[in-house]
Amino acid sequence: MRRRPVLLLLGLLLAGPALAADRAPSGYRPLPGGRFASVVPADDKAAPAVLRPFRLRAEPVTNAEFLAFVRRHPEWRRDRAPSVFADARYLSQWAAPDRLGPTARPRQPVTQVSWFAAQAYCESEHARLPTWYEWEYAAAADGTRADARGDPAWRERVLSWYSRPSSDALPPVGGAPDVHGVRDLNGLVWEWVEDFNAMMTSADSREQDGADKLRFCGAGAITMEQKENYATLMRIAMLSSLKATDTTANLGFRCARPD
Amino acid sequence: MKRLLLLLALLLAGTAHATSPLPGDSVYQLAVPLTDQDGHTAAFAARRGTPQIVSMFYTSCTMVCPMIIDTMKATRRAAGEPARLHLLAVSFDPARDSVDALRRYAAAHKLDQRWWTLARTAPQDTRSLAALLGVQYRPLRDGEFNHSSALLLLDGEGRIVARTDVIGRTDPAFVAAVRKAAGSK
Repeated sequence: MRRRPVLLLLGLLLAGPALAADRAPSGYRPLPGGRFASVVPADDKAAPAVLRPFRLRAEPVTNAEFLAFVRRHPEWRRDRAPSVFADARYLSQWAAPDRLGPTARPRQPVTQVSWFAAQAYCESEHARLPTWYEWEYAAAADGTRADARGDPAWRERVLSWYSRPSSDALPPVGGAPDVHGVRDLNGLVWEWVEDFNAMMTSADSREQDGADKLRFCGAGAITMEQKENYATLMRIAMLSSLKATDTTANLGFRCARPD
Repeated sequence: MKRLLLLLALLLAGTAHATSPLPGDSVYQLAVPLTDQDGHTAAFAARRGTPQIVSMFYTSCTMVCPMIIDTMKATRRAAGEPARLHLLAVSFDPARDSVDALRRYAAAHKLDQRWWTLARTAPQDTRSLAALLGVQYRPLRDGEFNHSSALLLLDGEGRIVARTDVIGRTDPAFVAAVRKAAGSK
């Protein structure tokens, strides 16, 4: 009988993160999935990706949300996170390890976060980072269509964002919703994906032999489909160049869950 | 109550490894469990204390992966078979690389159990481990994987002290780093 308070306490401790996550202000939107013509073919030739239905966070994670996470999980403070999980610039735009200050507005998307930190945040929402296929599929939508990529105007819009100077202050989250009710996939920040280190665009190993071939086992590194789709290819090139500890001023993230 | 607390304290002490805190640049900061070819599960950080050559592979890979394993063997030999050097290869393919598959692979490749560990972990932990080691991999629809091939040398504290992308022969610079890591206490 005397053990009961301990067990109760343990139960409360375990329930804590779940309660906090349920209070997460930002919703998740259902996306139907299905077959999707990715720029990264699923079989190294031309096969479409097949996506299960999933839920995607409607907005990127904000400074305020990440601050709340860091307060609940102080091991992710910038002065405590081990260097093996985040580089020296992790959360460096904040005034202090536990305070945003004037240079980081609460509704701005959080940036200067490593892949490990982003993963840990998503776990706190009982979620994970989206896969590349999930992200690319979601980002193909516009306000009226699930796949607007064939429209030159869609491409122009994405490319014009890329060319905007990154020294400008980041706008707050809350752009126009797309057909799924998801916001800010294009036009605000770059976003981590779960398998950022899976695309290997640096070498087309089939075209090479000798030592280079040995660096990539299996059927060979990816071949790019839809070569006119520079907007998406640029994003893959950017993601492929990252290490999991890297943080940059315009790289943020959002989370996904199975449906 | 007292007994329970004592038990709890013992449990905590056991997991804390009873040594100095891990350095911030140690890969053992990543809390992943690894299950070996004998079915034993232990924290990745339990490997602390012994220098390791680490790589990733999968058992149904017929061309490059056996060369990764052979290169690890050859590197250990070229470094003079140091007793303090362990070898660890973690599967990209936890869905198919069961404990049995790992055990069969270890037997087929005559891996000496005194220093070899083949291991598997959960899919999300596999991705984290690969990210930590800077190894790229991508499942293909036919069950194969594209992956980069690298050997990493960890010192006793789990810091990556050397890395090579040379597979199929030993890399003299990497062998020299292995000698140094395994020789120094």
